[in-house]
Amino acid sequence: MADTSVNTSRSPRGPKPKRIFSGANILLYGILVLVSLYYLLPLWVMIMTSLKTMPEIRIGNVFAPPVEITFQPWIQAWSQHCTGLVCKGLSPGFWNSVQILVPSVILSIVIASINGYALVNWRFKGSEVFFVILMIGAFIPYQIMLYPMVIMLRELGVYGSLTGLVIVHTIFGMPILTLLFRNYFSSVPEELFKAARVDGAGFWGIYFRIMLPMSLPIFVVAIILQVTGIWNDFLFGVVFISKAENYPMTVQLNNIVNSVQGIKEYNVNMAATLLTGLVPLVVYFLSGKLFVRGIAAGAVKG
Amino acid sequence: MSTNKYSVQIKDLDLAFGAVKVLNSLDLDIGEGEFLVLLGSSGCGKSTLLNCIAGLLEPTDGEIWIKGDNVTWKEPSERGIGMVFQSYALYPQMTVEGNMSFGLKNARVPPDEIKKRVARAASVLQIEPLLQRKPGALSGGQRQRVAIGRALVRDVDVFLFDEPLSNLDAKLRADLRVEIKRLHEQLKNTMIYVTHDQVEAMTLADRIAIMKSGNIMQLSTPHEIYNRPVNKYVADFIGSPSMNFIDGHFEKGTFKAGSVVLPMVGYEYGAPQVADRPATIGIRPEHVATGALVAAAPVKFDVMVDLVEPMGSDTLVWVKLGDKPFRVRMDGQARVHHGDQLTIGIDPSKASLFDAKTEVRL
Repeated sequence: MADTSVNTSRSPRGPKPKRIFSGANILLYGILVLVSLYYLLPLWVMIMTSLKTMPEIRIGNVFAPPVEITFQPWIQAWSQHCTGLVCKGLSPGFWNSVQILVPSVILSIVIASINGYALVNWRFKGSEVFFVILMIGAFIPYQIMLYPMVIMLRELGVYGSLTGLVIVHTIFGMPILTLLFRNYFSSVPEELFKAARVDGAGFWGIYFRIMLPMSLPIFVVAIILQVTGIWNDFLFGVVFISKAENYPMTVQLNNIVNSVQGIKEYNVNMAATLLTGLVPLVVYFLSGKLFVRGIAAGAVKG
Repeated sequence: MSTNKYSVQIKDLDLAFGAVKVLNSLDLDIGEGEFLVLLGSSGCGKSTLLNCIAGLLEPTDGEIWIKGDNVTWKEPSERGIGMVFQSYALYPQMTVEGNMSFGLKNARVPPDEIKKRVARAASVLQIEPLLQRKPGALSGGQRQRVAIGRALVRDVDVFLFDEPLSNLDAKLRADLRVEIKRLHEQLKNTMIYVTHDQVEAMTLADRIAIMKSGNIMQLSTPHEIYNRPVNKYVADFIGSPSMNFIDGHFEKGTFKAGSVVLPMVGYEYGAPQVADRPATIGIRPEHVATGALVAAAPVKFDVMVDLVEPMGSDTLVWVKLGDKPFRVRMDGQARVHHGDQLTIGIDPSKASLFDAKTEVRL
């Protein structure tokens, strides 16, 4: 107490004292709180609705917390809800998505990182042209490539299967991931690469022993980018999967929420949506700062 | 001469990036155990030449021989070279020991042998306490020492240095320069050293190759390059403060530029007969006699002091000689001021005379 009075009365020296409740601060934090409330409200409504029984939902107050908490909608969404004749809920879709996600993420990142490394450090004849072609690929709308892709997969005999979808995700992730890795590797000093060559390391030796251990951050960014991207994918899942039992989670969610028969079970819909969003949500929370870098990198994609 | 006498031979080496010629049919023989410095300003091709010797760049034409072997098409690791880079280029994720043993592991040297060699190199470079540290925890000087150690453990024939001291501060640079010289005297390996710093070149080299736009201008001992530069470019490049140049005429053994008349007594001409022609004379500021030494000088001038730059050990004095600015190096204790009258003495035998047009030494 005595300190502060001394602080304000003495001649300017040291750090300048700051006022916490200045007009600018109140305005800034006020807006931040308002905006976060605005964005959090839908989540609040979803969680509350998913914990209510249908009679309670029909009362109509969407913001009110449940009088009687029930987890039945969650159980039903996960394992009991019927689409058509199959009554297994979302769980088969979840496992399909996992089976699509894991190989797609690994395959696309492994290939793209080697691409980026080769493009930066082992320039070959036509490597610039190769890169330009890859980049053009990033700017062509997906819709244009859907039908040719269907034909290609059919010719390969993998149309409609999970394998086919893995191939599609790997290919469509390639331009942006290659760009990501190329840019990262080109920031690694060239002399490091030269030193490794003098030390007798070859293409794979330098990749595994020098480049890989140095580029963990960019691998994390790439994993985040791909996990969220592939998990949230709906279009490819609908187009390239022909059998209902192979549908990824997003497509199954759509089939539950958009079903036109029977009564709308809002609580089940909300629970199903939250379940589907859980994986990206967990990734967001775990990765924090790196996720922002992933978005920034993904911004190129538009 | 047999090829084995030379450690490294460059034969007719060409390198072009598209239409830009970086190296111009270069020939260079480097003796066994020689310390050769490639000196030049940036863009002269000195680092490019070093990268060609290392095998990191492919020449457009020509041959590179190391120890009597044509290594032109060989991988860098098969050439018996070790290289030290300007940015140290240490592998950040490996310890000092890991950095030094990386090359040996790639060459499948047995672990016992690796341990022995790393220990020996570490003791030579006095980095034993640092072996378990990562490069991030080292100072610049220590990092460069580790980088030298990485080349040392591989028992190579030829050491290549690519501006190894340029990233260090002035004091460390001087220290490490001495260490590199000591290392060379101890190991007696062939060393090729690229730098743009003439002090490093003069102090370290057995021979200096001064390069300009892909050509070697002069290849000689530091002494010869300093005293008898082959052309005006070399004369201007070597020496600090740099040489004074006066444009004039050479006539019957005398250099004339207005009021400046210098009979070239005792000057060693490059050719037995030198015809009269427009010429440029070059005189080093440190070769100008002042004070008591003027009496012994063959030619004397009375000049006025224009500007004084005291530097502690010396004083650089700008005077007007024949209306042109002219630098004179005086003792650090000299007390001269703007406007003072001064008598300077010039010894033509220490000067350099160049053709005005071709800039070649006469």
